[in-house]
Amino acid sequence: MNQNKLFKYASISVVSVWLGLFALVPIVLVFICSFLNHNDQSFFIWDFTFKNYTQLFNGIYLKILLRSLELAVSCTLLCLLIGYPAAFMLARLRSRYKPLLMLLLMIPFWTSSLIRSYAILALLKTKGLLNLFLLSLGIIHQPLEILYTNSAVLIGCVYNLLPFMVLPLYANIEKLDNNLLDAAQDLGAGRFKTFKDVIIPLTIPGIMAGTLLVFLPSITLFYIPTILGGAKSLLLGNLIENQFMMMQNWPGGSATSMALTALMIPLIWMYQHFATKGQQQVLL
Amino acid sequence: MTRKLYLSLLYIFLYLPILVVVCFSFNNASHSLLWHGFTWHWYGELFNDSDLAIVASHSLMIATLAASTATLIGTLAAVSLASYQFRLKKSLNQLLFSLIIIPDLVLGISLLLIFRLLEIPSGFWTLLIAHVTFCIPFAAVTIIGRMNLINKNLIEAARDLGALDFTIFYRIIVPLLWPAIVASWLLSFTLSLDDVVISYFVSGPNFEILPLAIFSMVKLGVKPEVNALCSIMLLVTLVIVIFAQRALSKKQ
Repeated sequence: MNQNKLFKYASISVVSVWLGLFALVPIVLVFICSFLNHNDQSFFIWDFTFKNYTQLFNGIYLKILLRSLELAVSCTLLCLLIGYPAAFMLARLRSRYKPLLMLLLMIPFWTSSLIRSYAILALLKTKGLLNLFLLSLGIIHQPLEILYTNSAVLIGCVYNLLPFMVLPLYANIEKLDNNLLDAAQDLGAGRFKTFKDVIIPLTIPGIMAGTLLVFLPSITLFYIPTILGGAKSLLLGNLIENQFMMMQNWPGGSATSMALTALMIPLIWMYQHFATKGQQQVLL
Repeated sequence: MTRKLYLSLLYIFLYLPILVVVCFSFNNASHSLLWHGFTWHWYGELFNDSDLAIVASHSLMIATLAASTATLIGTLAAVSLASYQFRLKKSLNQLLFSLIIIPDLVLGISLLLIFRLLEIPSGFWTLLIAHVTFCIPFAAVTIIGRMNLINKNLIEAARDLGALDFTIFYRIIVPLLWPAIVASWLLSFTLSLDDVVISYFVSGPNFEILPLAIFSMVKLGVKPEVNALCSIMLLVTLVIVIFAQRALSKKQ
């Protein structure tokens, strides 16, 4: 082999072998495992079945699935509602503090969401700061019991994932062509019409990227319900964790994770569909 | 005006809970919400806890090794994808992209499955492999962004003058990519230091790491020592992220 080709083939092989062996193969294994049976003696036995998938649609499993979807949808919508105006204002901001504000938005992106969930716990507890504050203002007369309810889980999710919505939206809105907005106004479109017919369609890639980055983690961050939710707040992420670590039911857990992964396929499809319409990728 | 108010509320929402944790880590009372004066007591307790010191050293070791390996592989991936044509190029690109959006949980159980099948006992090696794997896509994406800014003529010129690919790599590409390489090392380091979900599945009882220790403490509720430990972790991440952003925003 030509000595010069050595570097090319060496680097391609290192990358492909590592990602193949420790990412692609394991994920394919989970897929295969999701069709297997299991018994008390071993994690799985070689016996083909669809039972792991069909069981997701009955009783307690269906309830968990629906509750997780409900939480993920509410969390995504709330993040979008809060995050869109924020991203818009930040993108249009002309201030010398802007780099600092952007940095402050980046920091939660990289800090531990476990620690940030713990911070929410400290804030929400019955004798916590939030209650103290509201009580002293006289807004409430009895401490709110938010902690260990589904609302606490929702607050925790929104708190943790909001920056993941704002950042891709910001990247998208910042690249908006001002001439288009001016043109819309010159042609007589009101502010609302400009927003609805010009700005929203142009920021669909950002919206899709943000949705993708918020929706999935809100189901899978199993420690948010563990820390903030009560016993009733078991979600899909906790179910998978239980199936693997407590029940030792690997095929069951694999099927649940595959169902979860399947949830993201339409989202990715939509993202790619909209993002390739003459727009650059804004994800990260 | 509305804009200022809205953005202020947003930042208060993002930072108030963290601020509460940091303040209470210095509060001279164990369960009271009121301010009882400043103290280093809880930090002292942490530093006297020898078990915690071992756990922290494990975390630092894993994060350092994982960040270095992932940055090396991520750089090779970025360079291969940017400058070579090969058969699996498109698939490799898609795999990197999917690994960024695939839930951590799925990657965690996938790795658990393969480690059990290969009979690798959970511990140092499983954690290291797992951390390298989930850092690679982030490292690669950070470096690809910089790679696109490199003037391709420099590489062509070197090639015309007879430089071999490896020489081009370490004499031209690496120096030009250096800020991105530093940034991706720092970001991989924080990702590794903070990861809970994947580590939860691949760690063993003989090799505990900090985020999992924090997780088991947090499950038991709010305690001043936990406040102190979380504040230290936040400070470390904060410093690293600021340095990484600085490196990334430097002009060529």
